[in-house]
Amino acid sequence: MAPWRHFKDRAATVVISAGGGAVLMSILLIFFYLVYEILPLFSAAKIELATEQQLQLTAATDAAYMYIEEQGEMSLILDTGGHARFSELASGATVLYQPLRQQDSVALTVVSAEAADSRLLGLGYADGTVLLASHEYRLSYPDDKRLITPRIEYPHGDDPIQVAADGSALALLALRDTDAGLVIAAQSTSGELWVVRYTKEENFLSGEIELEREELSLNLPRKEYAALYLGTDQRWLYLLDKAGAYQVIDLNREDVSGAQQLADEGRLFADGSELSTSSMLLGGISLLAASTDGELSQYFMVRNGKEAALNKIRSFDTGGAQLLQLLPEQRRKGFLALDADGQLQIFHTTGQRKLLSQSVDYRATQVAAIAPRADALLLMDQNGKVSQWDIDNEHPEISFSALWTKIWYESYPEPDYTWQSSASSNDFEPKYSFAPLAFGTLKAAFYAMLIAAPLAICGAIYTAYFMAPALRRKIKPLIELMEALPTVILGFLAGLWLAPFVETNLTGVFSVLLLMPVGILGFAFFWSRLPVNLRTLVPDGWHAAILIPVVCGVTWLCFAMNDSVELLLFGGDMRAWITQDLGISFDQRNALVVGIAMGMAVIPTIFSIAEDAIFAVPKHLSYGSLALGATPWQTLVGVVIPTASPGIFSGLMIGLGRAVGETMIVLMATGNTPIMDANIFEGMRTLAANIAVEVPEAEVDSSHFRILFLAAFVLFMFTFVVNTIAEIIRQRLRVKYGSL
Amino acid sequence: MSASEKNSLYLQKRAGMLTWIRSGEPLIWANGAAVSISVIAVVGLISLLAVRGFGHFWPNNIIQSGVVYDGQESAQLGVLVEEKQVSGEQLRSAGITLVGAGPFFNRMLFKQGNRDFLGSDFVWVLEEQLVDTHNPEWAMVVERLEWGNQYGFLHSVTVRGERVAEGEGVPRTWQAFQQAIAGSVAVREEIHRIERKEIGSINHGMEAVRLAERKLEMAGDVNPGALAELAEQRAVLDAEYRVLQQQLASLYDSIRDDRYEVRLVDGRIVDQAIAKVVRATLPNQMSLLQKMGHYVAKLWEFLSTEPREANTEGGVFPAIFGTVMMVLLMSVMVTPFGVIAAVYLREYARQGLVTRTIRVAVNNLAGVPSIVYGVFGLGFFVYIVGGELDSLFFSAALPSPTFGTPGLMWASLTLALLTLPVVIVATEEGLSRIPSAVREGSLALGATRAETLWRVVLPMASPAIMTGLILAVARAAGEVAPLMLVGVVKLAPSLPVDGNYPFVHLDQKFMHLGFHIYDVGFQSPNVEAARPLVYATALLLVIIIALLNFTAVSLRNRLRERYKSLES
Repeated sequence: MAPWRHFKDRAATVVISAGGGAVLMSILLIFFYLVYEILPLFSAAKIELATEQQLQLTAATDAAYMYIEEQGEMSLILDTGGHARFSELASGATVLYQPLRQQDSVALTVVSAEAADSRLLGLGYADGTVLLASHEYRLSYPDDKRLITPRIEYPHGDDPIQVAADGSALALLALRDTDAGLVIAAQSTSGELWVVRYTKEENFLSGEIELEREELSLNLPRKEYAALYLGTDQRWLYLLDKAGAYQVIDLNREDVSGAQQLADEGRLFADGSELSTSSMLLGGISLLAASTDGELSQYFMVRNGKEAALNKIRSFDTGGAQLLQLLPEQRRKGFLALDADGQLQIFHTTGQRKLLSQSVDYRATQVAAIAPRADALLLMDQNGKVSQWDIDNEHPEISFSALWTKIWYESYPEPDYTWQSSASSNDFEPKYSFAPLAFGTLKAAFYAMLIAAPLAICGAIYTAYFMAPALRRKIKPLIELMEALPTVILGFLAGLWLAPFVETNLTGVFSVLLLMPVGILGFAFFWSRLPVNLRTLVPDGWHAAILIPVVCGVTWLCFAMNDSVELLLFGGDMRAWITQDLGISFDQRNALVVGIAMGMAVIPTIFSIAEDAIFAVPKHLSYGSLALGATPWQTLVGVVIPTASPGIFSGLMIGLGRAVGETMIVLMATGNTPIMDANIFEGMRTLAANIAVEVPEAEVDSSHFRILFLAAFVLFMFTFVVNTIAEIIRQRLRVKYGSL
Repeated sequence: MSASEKNSLYLQKRAGMLTWIRSGEPLIWANGAAVSISVIAVVGLISLLAVRGFGHFWPNNIIQSGVVYDGQESAQLGVLVEEKQVSGEQLRSAGITLVGAGPFFNRMLFKQGNRDFLGSDFVWVLEEQLVDTHNPEWAMVVERLEWGNQYGFLHSVTVRGERVAEGEGVPRTWQAFQQAIAGSVAVREEIHRIERKEIGSINHGMEAVRLAERKLEMAGDVNPGALAELAEQRAVLDAEYRVLQQQLASLYDSIRDDRYEVRLVDGRIVDQAIAKVVRATLPNQMSLLQKMGHYVAKLWEFLSTEPREANTEGGVFPAIFGTVMMVLLMSVMVTPFGVIAAVYLREYARQGLVTRTIRVAVNNLAGVPSIVYGVFGLGFFVYIVGGELDSLFFSAALPSPTFGTPGLMWASLTLALLTLPVVIVATEEGLSRIPSAVREGSLALGATRAETLWRVVLPMASPAIMTGLILAVARAAGEVAPLMLVGVVKLAPSLPVDGNYPFVHLDQKFMHLGFHIYDVGFQSPNVEAARPLVYATALLLVIIIALLNFTAVSLRNRLRERYKSLES
């Protein structure tokens, strides 16, 4: 053989083997890629010490508050002497050092940030005054390099506000500043509680904003509290004491004595243990409280009828450690906890997860701060040593329980399954429950199969077993043609034509369902009564053809009678009757419409496979049965169907797989609301439609993005498993036929 | 046959209902009915599409009538779109005062057009409210670039600021109007050509200059010669652009003062620009032949022009082009890979458990939801592969992505992956049908395995490959869900093929018939007006796919014929 030919042969072998292998590998790639995208969702958090720095602080001025700005390049440390120090994290160099209260030198006694994600600080002084200051960071890019310029601003002016009227020093402070106004709550060393509310009012004539001051009185026993919190809507004031008791005051309601109404009171911990530390979660709705025995729980106000009460929502496993500090994240509903043994734990409330537990040698630390992006942690010990830790915690909100179990979301009256992936505000709690989507998927598939399965299987039985061969050759390709019909067309017809049609002809649709079997059987009986010579005019196996006018006739009759029947039975409007008299809610684009449209898409799949299976049943089996005196129907039920049943089953499975993964029909023929209701007159949102709607808007590599990949993976695995089962059954069947 | 046997047979045929039921006969009928229902559903669906889709282009007569409601009469001019029976109950509960007793009333939907003057295109009227219904001879319909159709009577025509014809119902006015329209259409085409082609290519050149500059800058190359050259190129392009701008300005000027006045049915006489007119017709005067001519013209317009007015009017040419382009690219990608994989599986790999498993897996992939492929395409092709390509080859254009964003190439590749199983399965089936004697004969004559494959096996399998490919194309043409993630847009500013280097723009987003249906039908602001167009688009898509499928079926049959002759 010429070497050239030999070389070509070898080259072809190599190319084809490599190419074939590569193509088959690329199919595997889909699987691995999806896994690669979703794995980070379930990984635990990691932290790592990045830098350590010694700050020059004298013991007389301890740190009272610490902050890292957005880029993780600059820190703010507020010392007890009332000075703000901005320093670069990398070099430790001070960029700006300034006193906050410039007019006089009153001792700073308490510092409180407005909220987890707010840069507004309330500074309480020994003379009972409060100064509001916020720290801002301006970014500029001189010479293409990022430059951060910090500064202190006073949104309410740099004059302190007198909160404690008796001039005693402030010990505890809470504040909320919104567009509506400003509320400050404080306890002074005299044991007195003070609540001041400023309401913003726009003067209609001048357009100027005027602040109206109002002092609210509280009717509470005099005791020393451990923490005060104000809710985000400026309505609830939470007071916690050392012994673990709490009071919630409604600032919008007054009781008979003119003091603010006590909304709820009780104990935080069931076993009566004492409060160790507490914090408010991002969003200003939830409280976190830890006991000295290591219990850690989340609480928020839940409305029960007219009254609202503080409910314990969930507890977290701290491993029994006594927590000293809770640090809420600034963009997510997660938080960090530091305990007495120098252990750092990271939790997420919605995800109900503990993501990390690691020693950071916290014992000597006095202040801590977490970066806005939750990617860095700053700890400072008593000697002024600052350590910066990198946190890798991308997807804390996802867990098995968050996806599949009932979750008690903030402001919800009870635990629920909810899918609500995005909202406009930053402190929104994303609700990633797959349950309503999976339910919607199965609901759509169920109604589709309810319509498709009987039609397709009965049709397959008739076509394969009873139909005249000449007719079969035409009918089979015709039904299979439907498989090639793009689903976008079925979806469009369902949404724009069928849905309004069904809505206006609801009575007709149901009378078709009722009258069609009656009409067909009636005609069949009438046909069997006809004289034999008339019947023999139509050859055997043409029942279906004779029935076409009957089906058309019954359908036409039902829709022609629609209006009269509707007038007679439902007062002229069946839809109104359903919603008003039966109390069932009705959407125009509902499960019935989806069922019909998707049934159309699934029929050819099931029909084709089931028909092949029945047709392939060896003829000698049925001939034998007929020869033994069984009627054709008995032969079918007793011999043919049992033999072909695995094939029919596999057809059903593949049909189900198709119904589950179908996107366009569901997208167009339902309202796409993620609800959990089996009502045939309401819509649903399926996994597939959800992906199509939300993927283009999801931020790449965010939790939302990956969770949609997880949805795709669930669909992939579901259809793959279902199809594999069907395929194996079919292969077995082929072997069985072969042996017959 | 004995008497008793005859008797029993007779009984079987004639005995009561119970025997009839017991024989299973009713169930056979019920099964038959399932077939009938399925067939009626298929035929009904396609006829529905055909009637609504084809009906859209027919010029219906314009109806004028008075509408009497609450003792007030108003005039109405428009085309009847739909009729419906509604119960009096429903109407009364909607707060409509009825004159007749009912119980049912005929409700008619008229397209009255003139959205800019009347607020909405469509109006529902009860038949009992209509008086004096007739088809005025000189009622015209004007198709406009903006605000949809206009129904009314031509009052006067002004060309270049000079009133050339006047008077309703005068053929001369009508002729002047048609002439002016023809003139302005020609000018508009010229403007379009300049804007799209010439200015488009200048923009393309400018962008190329900008990228070249950026590349130099990034390379740290401050060669003054190269920079000066680029600046010169830019100056040339700028000069060309200014010339074109002037041309455009004078063209716009030349049609700016062409106007016509139209009398609306409520008596208002409104002044309109001829530059905004696409076509004006007098449907009530048209003969059947003229109507057919008009129908063909409209159909051609639908197939060959771009959409107007947020896709609710005009044609679908860019969508057809995009669909075809995407499918072609997909075929180019899927065929070699599918065939190689099938040949490997059937001819080269050792047959055993592994190949069986692979075969099952490939088969199953055909059943994986298409949206999963879309997600994969977006994540893997667009973000990972595309992002990588961008940072390697198109870094000058960053941060605006070139391939790191959904586009034609990724859409074709995603669909190629989606249809790969179809091609593999069909090719394998074709290969398995080739008798091994044929292969052995070739090998016995001294041919190598590769030669046997290339000269004997593949040619014989080619019809099967073609069948697989056509089935793949049919599936790809109808698939929308994955495309929504990897490259389809509702309105692409230009076609992915044009006269600018490199001529085929694989990174561009494109339009697609299937997505067009979804978008116009569900996302459009004026669904009612767009609906007929959606039916027509759907019908077009069905026709394309049906043609492809019929080709596949006939190819499959031809292929079987061939084997029959080989096997004998």
